[in-house]
Amino acid sequence: MLRSLLLSAALLSLLAVPALANEENEHLKTQAWPHQGAFGTYDRASLQRGFQVYKQVCATCHSLKLLSYRDLSDLGFNEAEVKALAASATVHDGPNDNGDMFDRPGRPSDFFVKPFPNDQAARAANGGALPPDLSLIVKARKGHEDYIYSILTGFGQTPPADEKIAAGMNYNPYFPGHQIAMPRPLNDDSVTYADGTKATTDQEARDVVQFLAWAAEPKLEARNQMGFKVVLFLVVFAAVLYGVKRKVWSKLH
Amino acid sequence: MSHGSPSSFKNPVINWIDTRLPIFTMLQKEYGTFPTPKNFNYLWSFGGIAMVMLTTMILTGIFLAMYYTPSTGHAFDSVERIMRDVNYGWLIRYIHMNGASLFFIAVYVHIFRGVYYGSYKAPRELLWILGVVILLLMMATAFMGYVLPWGQMSFWGATVITNLFSAIPVVGDKIVTWLWGGFSVDNPTLNRFFALHYLLPFVIFAVVFLHVAALHVSGSNNPTGIEPQTDKDTVPFHPYYTAKDCFALVLFLIFYALIVFYAPNALGDPDNYIPANPMVTPAHIVPEWYFLPFYAILRSFVWDIHIPFTSVVLISSKLGGVLLMFGSIVMLLLLPWLDRSKVRSAVFRPIYKKVFWLFVLDCLILGYIGGKPPEAPYVMIGQFATAFYFAFFLILSPLLPKYEKILPLPKSISEAVLKKS
Repeated sequence: MLRSLLLSAALLSLLAVPALANEENEHLKTQAWPHQGAFGTYDRASLQRGFQVYKQVCATCHSLKLLSYRDLSDLGFNEAEVKALAASATVHDGPNDNGDMFDRPGRPSDFFVKPFPNDQAARAANGGALPPDLSLIVKARKGHEDYIYSILTGFGQTPPADEKIAAGMNYNPYFPGHQIAMPRPLNDDSVTYADGTKATTDQEARDVVQFLAWAAEPKLEARNQMGFKVVLFLVVFAAVLYGVKRKVWSKLH
Repeated sequence: MSHGSPSSFKNPVINWIDTRLPIFTMLQKEYGTFPTPKNFNYLWSFGGIAMVMLTTMILTGIFLAMYYTPSTGHAFDSVERIMRDVNYGWLIRYIHMNGASLFFIAVYVHIFRGVYYGSYKAPRELLWILGVVILLLMMATAFMGYVLPWGQMSFWGATVITNLFSAIPVVGDKIVTWLWGGFSVDNPTLNRFFALHYLLPFVIFAVVFLHVAALHVSGSNNPTGIEPQTDKDTVPFHPYYTAKDCFALVLFLIFYALIVFYAPNALGDPDNYIPANPMVTPAHIVPEWYFLPFYAILRSFVWDIHIPFTSVVLISSKLGGVLLMFGSIVMLLLLPWLDRSKVRSAVFRPIYKKVFWLFVLDCLILGYIGGKPPEAPYVMIGQFATAFYFAFFLILSPLLPKYEKILPLPKSISEAVLKKS
């Protein structure tokens, strides 16, 4: 009795761990993302729209330095499109044979070009605040996709009377401390989607969150697919081994 | 190894080798016909499972080391390179990263099993002590491994834990500088941690060999805690326990695979996906889950102890915490002598059985407290839980046998098995 009680307490505490981890952000807007779950896959159309939002809005301040242009083929772009996307960036390269640095159009093998040459330049242009690199942002924040989505759609609310917002800061109830240096990045029609989807703030946030989730975990689909095969094999194998074990031990009784 | 006994293997090659180096005779003796109590439950499979985990960690680790760069400027990015561009790098890295957790799960179950069935009692004290040495080596290895990705928790975890040594009176600060190879956790620290993280698993392997060698001298304990008396009490290790352990192992692998493929980051801290930054301290510095009970014990000591009537601090709260934390492991080392019970298994010790489950609950509470910020009411709960942890070893284990009424023991393992079925 005592034993089963304790076991269930232990199991409950295990289940409670994710809930506890989120306690600071308990009012996050929880969304159902298509890539979550054991059979989740990324929504390619949403990823492409999200990339557009990143390129036209976020990339003004935020780098995505762990990604190369060639990675964009994952989003469903063909080779020519990836080449064109890479070429639209200007890469600072060198030194050449004369010892000079020079600019050239990007190639698919180049990493995403950063908006600022270094952290100091980024701070100087942003009132002292450093816009974080977004390559892993979805994995690097508690609440993950829901947190980023809540931040992006959490601007424009009036702060409570007892919360003083410092100069150059913006109110966002989902950000720790509720004051964020980033001004509201997304508005209705911040971008014009190539596929004709209506660009509401909510749609833009949803798309860019899915794009950033892919950027942080590009191998998720391969992982889900392999996981299914591995677990299926192990379950069948376990059944076989159980039969073997029964047969071996039956000689004893 | 009996001298001059003709090897009786049918295969002439094996026979040729065995007459010169009787490795096959040894395997046959230790893993083939090795007499093993016939009444093991599945808790006895966790030693073998832990062995498989150690092997998995070494194999995946070797391949990760081929791509990892131990330098503060490149470590974080080289891990991401493994995740993104190395063929199946994500798979190897997630197996290794979560393998540490699964290894600890297996070893903790193995330890609690030993405590429940009294497996540390004579003549298995040295076997038990070798096990505690393995646990200590595992903790050092896991700690240094967690530093290698050079994320925020890597850096700040390393800073907090290495700083503990500064609590040692007089030479503490010098020792910390020596450990760091400088005046803060930096490139030399990362380099030596990588070197040691690669070395220690092989040391663990050697101690596991001694652990198993000692096991094969005394033979295994079993759920009744009674030594086998006749051939009826035992079965040959193969095929009986090879079959049973394989089944248990695959069940464990299913659990492992579910974590690796469907929740690979659930046991880690999101902060470790932020590159290490000595200028920004995370809001809560928390170790990996398998260290949380020890972290709670460390933080439960909050007083400075003065020399009476002076302001001279004899034991600072920091030193006290460090002493308690190491003391919690020393308790495990001393357990074979602290427990005065003549009966091994908790099955026949009605009060100890309840105390054991309270001890398990206490360790879970300590783990929960270790993950919480050091503030009310968590600190006080942690202090009570720490007190109970030590009371289990220092008060309950020695005194309980005096007052406990032991249930009637079966005459042999066979009798116990027949009664049950």
